[in-house]
Amino acid sequence: MDNNNTQDRRSFIKTCLKVLPAATLIPFLSIDAKAFAEEGYNPEDHNYAMGIDVHKCIGCGRCVRACKNENNVPDEPFYFRTWIERYIIPFEGETIVDSPDGGINGFGDAAVPEDAMMRTFFVPKICNHCAKPPCVQVCPVGATFTSRDGVVLVDNDYCIGCRYCIQACPYGARYLNPYTRTVDKCTFCYHRITKGLLPACVEACPTQARVFGEITDKSTPISYFRRFNEIQVLKPALNTEPKVFYAHLDGEVR
Amino acid sequence: MSKLKEKYLAIPEQIRIVTVLFAIFLIMFIFGRRLFIPKTFGEYGHYRAAAVDDIMQIGLVYAGHQACAECHDDVVAEKSQHMHKHVACENCHGPGYAHTQAPDEHPLTIPTDRSYCVLCHSYNPARPTGFPQIDPVTHNPDGACIDCHQPHAPQPPEVPEECGSCHERIVRTLGAGHHNSLPCTQCHDIKQEHKITPRDFLPTVPRTREFCGTCHSTKASSAKEIRRVDIVTHGENYFCGQCHFPHNPEVKI
Repeated sequence: MDNNNTQDRRSFIKTCLKVLPAATLIPFLSIDAKAFAEEGYNPEDHNYAMGIDVHKCIGCGRCVRACKNENNVPDEPFYFRTWIERYIIPFEGETIVDSPDGGINGFGDAAVPEDAMMRTFFVPKICNHCAKPPCVQVCPVGATFTSRDGVVLVDNDYCIGCRYCIQACPYGARYLNPYTRTVDKCTFCYHRITKGLLPACVEACPTQARVFGEITDKSTPISYFRRFNEIQVLKPALNTEPKVFYAHLDGEVR
Repeated sequence: MSKLKEKYLAIPEQIRIVTVLFAIFLIMFIFGRRLFIPKTFGEYGHYRAAAVDDIMQIGLVYAGHQACAECHDDVVAEKSQHMHKHVACENCHGPGYAHTQAPDEHPLTIPTDRSYCVLCHSYNPARPTGFPQIDPVTHNPDGACIDCHQPHAPQPPEVPEECGSCHERIVRTLGAGHHNSLPCTQCHDIKQEHKITPRDFLPTVPRTREFCGTCHSTKASSAKEIRRVDIVTHGENYFCGQCHFPHNPEVKI
């Protein structure tokens, strides 16, 4: 009996020694597995946002042009994924907001003479990719949704074109594509950002009025932008929690 | 067997019919659900997970600024040293993903037209202060922009030499207003030492109404086109600079 016991202990230690080198490999194996996963795109690792510096926008409309080229947005006016608004706050009277063809060809003369203007500036607009999107709530078929990396997308094959989401969006960021008969909107150029490129409008902006990146990472252009600017979002009272952040935004902007 | 049949017949007929109908309905429901709901629906949420992959597969149109440097490194290096360093190549030359795949079949365009530069550089009051702007009607109307300006290495306006190398923003703002033709020394007394230790030898800033009055007073002997005011009564006891911005006066003639 005693003898058997010692034999068991020895074999136990032997087995332990045999297993030990294999056990030390386990953490390396798991790292290998992780590295393999990173080769593809993993949406769980990303959370995108955009920053817009109103002081830097020159209203050239290059972002609108780039967006239409990149995303095959119909060339006719009134179909935009992003557009620029010109705000003119005169000394007397109501604020004037205009956006001729979304600003794609720049801005001509204003409705009021220059000496009647108190303040005037450009505001680029885009889908806010809300963290609590009202458009997603109302979709009856689940054709619009928030992806795992925080981008609000439209499933073209599944959209029935009922336009509830166009009505629900408080920012007017959606339109019905007359050719596909489905709803279309900004995707943050999802096909570009998942390949590590910038959205077309950010790429095109000549004054770096638009910045784009990860908000969860502390050392990205968008994180720097949020740290060193006073940030506002559009219509904060609606509690949509937009992920497009504006710096130097005037209180008149709606 | 007969026992089971007996039990079955013991159930009232109406319940038997309802049960069969319910079973048929349930089978149809399960079958219909499988037929109509896409395979990947609900994988991550109330949507078709495959749609994300579909959107990711969309082809590129703009190649991105990194792609240009692979071949045109000389132009990119030159551009990165000058004012247009943040303007992407594809901004002026058009979308270039096709060009990166087959350069000869898809040549890019070079905008030589005057109308292209003014998209950014024509004067517009809504543009931010300090952004270089010109009035296309009066600014060398017959020439193409690229005759004088090299778009890969544009030069800032040269009007007040030296000052602009540090006070670039003021110089660019001046360009939009009527004080553009004045040298900085017209209003500021600048010591030579200011260029070596700027903060120890600050230039003077005019602080009296009489100083502005040397040109703008009704009694001044300056050019006739210059806007005049009665320096004694105009603006009560405020200094001119409290209402007017001398680097870009808002009062136009």
